Amino acid sequence: MSRDRTEDKPHDEQRHSGAEIIIRALADQGVEVVFGYPGGAVLPIYDALFQQNNIRHVLVRQEGGAVHAAEGYARSTGRPGVVLVTSGPGATNAVTGLADALMDSIPIVCLTGQVATHMIGNDAFQECDTSGITRPCTKHNYLVKDPERLAVTLHEAFYVATNGRPGPVVIDLPKDIQVAEAPYVAPENVEHRTYRPRVRGDYAAIQEAVSLMAHARKPVFYTGGGVINSGPEASQLLRELVRKSGFPITSTLMGLGAYPASDRQFLGMLGMHGTYEANMAMHDCDVMICVGARFDDRVTGRLDAFSPGSKKIHIDIDPSSINKNVAVDVPIVGDVAHVLREMIEAYDASPVKPSAEDLAPWWADIARWRSRNCLAFEQKGDVIKPQYALKRLQELTRERGDVYFTTEVGQHQMWAAQFLEFEEPNHWMTSGGLGTMGYGLPAAMGVQVAHPDALVIDVAGEASTMMNIQEMSTLLQYRLPVKVFILNNRYMGMVRQWQELLHGGRYSESYMDSLPDFVKLAEAFGAVGLRAEKLGDLDDVIREMIETPKAVIADIAIDMKENVYPMVPSGAAHNEMIFGPEDKGESTATVTDEGMALV
Amino acid sequence: MSEKIEKHTISIVVDNEAGVLARVIGLFSGRGYNIESLTVAETDRERNISRITIVTSGTPMVIEQIKAQLGRLVPVHRVGDLTVEGPHVERELALVKVAGTGEARVESLRIADIFRARVVDSTERSFIFELTGSTSKLDAFINLMRPLGLVEVSRTGVVAISRGPEPM
Ligand SMILES: Cc1cc2nc3c(=O)[nH]c(=O)nc-3n(C[C@H](O)[C@H](O)[C@H](O)COP(=O)(O)OP(=O)(O)OC[C@H]3O[C@@H](n4cnc5c(N)ncnc54)[C@H](O)[C@@H]3O)c2cc1C
Ligand SMILES: Cc1ncc(C[n+]2csc(CCOP(=O)(O)OP(=O)(O)O)c2C)c(N)n1
Ligand SMILES: [Mg+2]
Repeated sequence: MSRDRTEDKPHDEQRHSGAEIIIRALADQGVEVVFGYPGGAVLPIYDALFQQNNIRHVLVRQEGGAVHAAEGYARSTGRPGVVLVTSGPGATNAVTGLADALMDSIPIVCLTGQVATHMIGNDAFQECDTSGITRPCTKHNYLVKDPERLAVTLHEAFYVATNGRPGPVVIDLPKDIQVAEAPYVAPENVEHRTYRPRVRGDYAAIQEAVSLMAHARKPVFYTGGGVINSGPEASQLLRELVRKSGFPITSTLMGLGAYPASDRQFLGMLGMHGTYEANMAMHDCDVMICVGARFDDRVTGRLDAFSPGSKKIHIDIDPSSINKNVAVDVPIVGDVAHVLREMIEAYDASPVKPSAEDLAPWWADIARWRSRNCLAFEQKGDVIKPQYALKRLQELTRERGDVYFTTEVGQHQMWAAQFLEFEEPNHWMTSGGLGTMGYGLPAAMGVQVAHPDALVIDVAGEASTMMNIQEMSTLLQYRLPVKVFILNNRYMGMVRQWQELLHGGRYSESYMDSLPDFVKLAEAFGAVGLRAEKLGDLDDVIREMIETPKAVIADIAIDMKENVYPMVPSGAAHNEMIFGPEDKGESTATVTDEGMALV
Repeated sequence: MSEKIEKHTISIVVDNEAGVLARVIGLFSGRGYNIESLTVAETDRERNISRITIVTSGTPMVIEQIKAQLGRLVPVHRVGDLTVEGPHVERELALVKVAGTGEARVESLRIADIFRARVVDSTERSFIFELTGSTSKLDAFINLMRPLGLVEVSRTGVVAISRGPEPM
């Protein structure tokens, strides 16, 4: 994007302050916006920010918000998100976001201030061992102790954060390094010594995969966040291959949008709260083509009963994802887009392919599973069902092309995954791996910063909303018209659901007592507050929310006792599921003692 | 999955930068892998390269995970599994302090001689023996010293290298 900015800046011998080098490196990396919060240990950088116009700074209200905002920015643009925080408490507040980004493979570059190098280790004011604390929750981290290495380290950090499996990178910057002078080095002159992730798949393995596909009778694509990570082209190639092959496809929570939800080959999400048809197809398939997904425990259920009769193909850029939980037959280490391109060529060239007739019995099985209508719910009476609220939200926003959804964590997140329809990649941001309550509001803020004219909606629970509510203030400051759509059940609903199913209905500390009045709260921040108490209010509130050109909290009172179904309880297999009250068939799962010990 | 536990000697070539050892150790403790022994030292000053040797154990799937996880640490150049990559030599060095007088003292010297341990320090009441060899040889020697006044032991842990002219 801003590559041209670097053109006239070759390697020069002139010396600059560390802070200037940092700003220049960010600009040369194409950074347009930094999410941050100042403090003593980063004042020189804030001073340099003040004196330039290339890079915007968004002042959050808590550093945790900065990292989630950067995650939302990154996931919705495909570009790295950048964070700037001070030493000590600034850095420790950022830790949750870093762990979140690591789990969900989000590229983040986080600059942390540090006490001067000669004071490190002396328990100086606002000192903490940032590199020690963040080592296990970053893809990589640096402590810069030599001003001459500053520019190179910054460029390396962007390279590491964005190449291979993306992830967060921390650069700890002692204050003396920010004021010391050193020459600037442009990104073109920096090459990483060791890190060279492999992007092209092994061609022999690709051919082997294609030959498995060619002879499959009950195939299924199981796709994940890696398709999104790989970029929009990967989604296009995936669509091409899926349509060509005529195979069914299911997606993880993280992969939603890579394949259009409205397409008839799409079975919906799989896993713990996935659809019956997706889980049954995974269980009964003969060939599984896993594309950029990591066999997470929410997805596999009981491992020894996971898809027992299938040959498994696994495309992943990270060799450590392969054979981690599930042994696969054909591993292909590489980038999704690169591998799919070659796979399509090989599939085109393959003399045999399953015909529509070959696949007909399989599609008939799927039709039977589909007809169970596992997501059925009944909206009767005046109390709003969360599923219905989301269906209406979906329908009333469908006309707009540029709608982005984020979520908090809990039941509402699962209902959003089940009832919203994602047609395009990068339009769905959720905290999957770490499951961080408080993610959705700041993430939506980051999305809105990147897409100022889009409609950005945080599907929220009332408990999660309280976790980063302070960012409402940021929304107002930067006129970010984010919509916080609270499915308010007055419970930590997901916790309540587990207590109902696993702990005899003893709702220990899961009731949200003394909730604020969200309408007044919104108003106190200078935003607009709306409330739907009964069914009749719902559509008007959604419409008004969408039309309000300002930040909105829409407080939707929903059925307090609603649960997320279907559900594969922990420790159960894919073909063992609990269904909701609307289901006509039998639930096939019970909770086992072993399951009780699992998360 | 009741796969059998195997012991592997893994060699890791890394950039000798701050924190690299902490990364490797943190990986093992964070993911619950075993470390039976670990050694590290710079091996190429000019290129700023260190070599870490780890003896670990786990099921074949876990061993593969360990190697993949090590491989994705950013400052790692190469991960070699000497146990599967062909014949290799493993050595460990121990310094063994034994105190005693009379017959025990003489006996400890005799055993040291059999094991080709060298005396690197001696007083009227003690010896320090230096011994290199395989881990089991060191274990055997230390066990024999136990009744003869073994005071303390310091061991390096295993270092290893593949046989033949080629590098790992
Ligand atoms: C309350 C709750 C309930 C949940 N329930 C479910 C559920 O029912 N179903 C469900 O699916 N999830 C569920 N999750 C989410 C779950 O915890 C995991 O986050 C999710 O399943 C992981 O998705 P993924 O396998 O797509 O992997 P990701 O975490 O997205 O990982 C991506 C994978 O792709 C690889 N990759 C990255 N970039 C590339 C590239 N360029 N090329 C190739 N490979 C690449 C990575 O190495 C990694 O292996 C739930 C989460 C919460 C909080
Ligand atoms: C930071 C954090 N703390 C605790 C949890 C455990 N947890 C998961 S869901 C949940 C309840 C969420 O409640 P709410 O936001 O109201 O959503 P609901 O489930 O009611 O839709 C809790 C406490 C978590 N995921 N994240
Ligand atoms: Mg709730």
